[in-house]
Amino acid sequence: MISIYEVQETIRMISEANLDVRTITMGISLLDCADNSPEAFCAKVYDKIVRKAEHLVRVGDDISREYGIPVVNKRVSVTPVAIAAAGCKCGDYVEIARTLDRAASTIGINFIGGFSALVQKGLTPEDGKLMDSIPPALALTERVCSSLNVASTRSGINVNAVNRAARIIKDTAALTSGRNSDGCTKFVVFCNAVDDNPFMAGAFHGVGEGDASINVGVSGPGVVKSALESVRGADFETLCETVKRTAFKITRVGQLVAQEAARRLHIPFGVIDLSLAPTPSIGDSVAEILQEMGLEQPGAPGTTAAIAILNDSVKKGGVMASSYVGGLSGAFIPVSEDHGMIEAVQAGALSLEKLEAMSCVCSVGLDMIAIPGDTPVDTISGIIMDEMAIGMINNKTTAVRIIPAAGKKIGDMAEFGGLMGASPVMEANKFSCADFVRRGGRIPAPIHSFRN
Amino acid sequence: MRGIVTVLGKDSVGIIAKICTYMSERGVNVLDIAQTIVAGYFNMMMVVDLSGSSEPLASMVVGLETLGRDIGVVVRLQHEDIFNAMHRI
Repeated sequence: MISIYEVQETIRMISEANLDVRTITMGISLLDCADNSPEAFCAKVYDKIVRKAEHLVRVGDDISREYGIPVVNKRVSVTPVAIAAAGCKCGDYVEIARTLDRAASTIGINFIGGFSALVQKGLTPEDGKLMDSIPPALALTERVCSSLNVASTRSGINVNAVNRAARIIKDTAALTSGRNSDGCTKFVVFCNAVDDNPFMAGAFHGVGEGDASINVGVSGPGVVKSALESVRGADFETLCETVKRTAFKITRVGQLVAQEAARRLHIPFGVIDLSLAPTPSIGDSVAEILQEMGLEQPGAPGTTAAIAILNDSVKKGGVMASSYVGGLSGAFIPVSEDHGMIEAVQAGALSLEKLEAMSCVCSVGLDMIAIPGDTPVDTISGIIMDEMAIGMINNKTTAVRIIPAAGKKIGDMAEFGGLMGASPVMEANKFSCADFVRRGGRIPAPIHSFRN
Repeated sequence: MRGIVTVLGKDSVGIIAKICTYMSERGVNVLDIAQTIVAGYFNMMMVVDLSGSSEPLASMVVGLETLGRDIGVVVRLQHEDIFNAMHRI
C-alpha cells in the first residue's frame, strides 16, 4: 500500500515543482495519402489527421484530470511533407501547409510538425519545392512547424542544403518581420534528426514508423532542482544519484501517461523522450538546476561539465523507468524559453559559443536564440555548419533554431509570445566565413561512420 | 480501480464526514484512511474503491475540488496508478 509520505511527495512534485507531461504527440503517416492531384492529396491529409487525432485533446485532458498530472501539450507530427507530397503535381507546397494548419485547428492542437525534408545527402525536386515553400508557409500559418535534416553521421554535411537553410531563415525572418521574425521559431535545422521526436518544432513522423504512434515527452526541471536543494554541498556521486532517482520517478509518470493515452486512442505506444524541457515560468528552468549545482550563472566555467552530468544522469535514471526510450532525450537549453538562461545572457555570462560547447555534451543544439536582424546569411550558414559538425562527428542529434530578429540589435529583447518566450538578442561573431561556406557541395561522412 | 483522495488545509469540524458523505452518495467505498495534523494543518489520505462508482472519475475530481473549496481545504482525487508508477517498481 502506498504511504501518505509517498503520496505527498508526488503531489508536491506536481503542485510546487511544476512536474508535468510536456507533450503527447501523435505521429501520423501520410504515405497513404499520396495523389497526383494536390487538391485530392490535401483532402486526404486533412481527413486522415482529423480522423486519427480527433480524440487526442480530449484523451489528454481526461488523463490529466484522472491522474492529477498536467498534460501541457497535445500535438501531431506527420511524415515529412516533401516525401508524402512527392507525387503531387503542383508548383509549391504552401497549400499543404495551410491544410495542416486547418487540421490542427480543427482538432484543437497548438502545433503540427512535419513540413519537413530529409536532405542530408541530396535534394529531390520535391525537396527543393518544399524548401522554397517554407518561408511563405511559416508566415501564412499559425501552427505548422518545419524542419530540415541537412547532415548525418552516415552521410556527412550537405553544405548546399545548409546554405539554403540559412537563406530560408533569412527569408522567413523578413516575411514575419512585423512579429519579431517569429516565423523562425517554427523552423529547425538538424543533423541526425530522429524519427520519433515528440517535441516541436522539430517533430516529424519518420518513414520507418508505423501508420500512427504515440510519443510522449516528459519534463520536470523544477523537480530535479528541488531534489538537488536537499543535497546542497554534497559530492558528485550524491548529486548524480539524486538526479537519477528523480529522473526515474518523472519518467515512470510519463510511461504511465503514454501507455494510457495509447490504450485509449487505440494507437501503439512509440517512445518516451527523456528531455528536461524548460518553460518561461519560474521554477521550470534548466538554468536554475545549473545554479543549484553550484554555478553562479549558466556560462560560468564548469557549465559544460555540469550540463554533461545532468544529461547523463537523467538518461541513466530514465532508461530504467520506460520500456522504450527515444526521441531527442537530451536536456534542452533554449534561451528564450528559460528565464535563467535569459538572465545569464543579460548578465554577460552566456555566449553563443558557450551554448555551442554545451550542445557537444548534452543538448540538442542552439535553440531559440535571437541574433541581430542584419546578421549576414553566410554567418548563419557558418553557425549551422558548426553545429552540424558537432552532431556528425559525435554521432548525436544537433539542431539550430535561430532567429535573426528584424530590426533588432545586440541587447534588445525579441518577444515571441506564449510558449516561445522572449530572447535577448545575442552577439554572433562578426568575422566572415563567407568564402568557407560558399565552397558549397558536400562534406564527406566522417571515418567513424564506416562501422560495417 | 482504486483512487487516492488527499485533503490538505486548516483543520475544522466535519471534513472527513463531508468527504465520506460525498463518496457514499456515489457508491464509492472507503478502504483506508491515514491522517496527520501538524500545527493545526490537516493532512489526510484516503484509499477508495471506485469500481462501484456511479459517476466517472473525471467528474468526481471536479466535484471534490468544489466541495473542498466550500469547506476551505484542498481536496484531490487521483487514480492510484500515478503513485504506484512513481514509487513501486
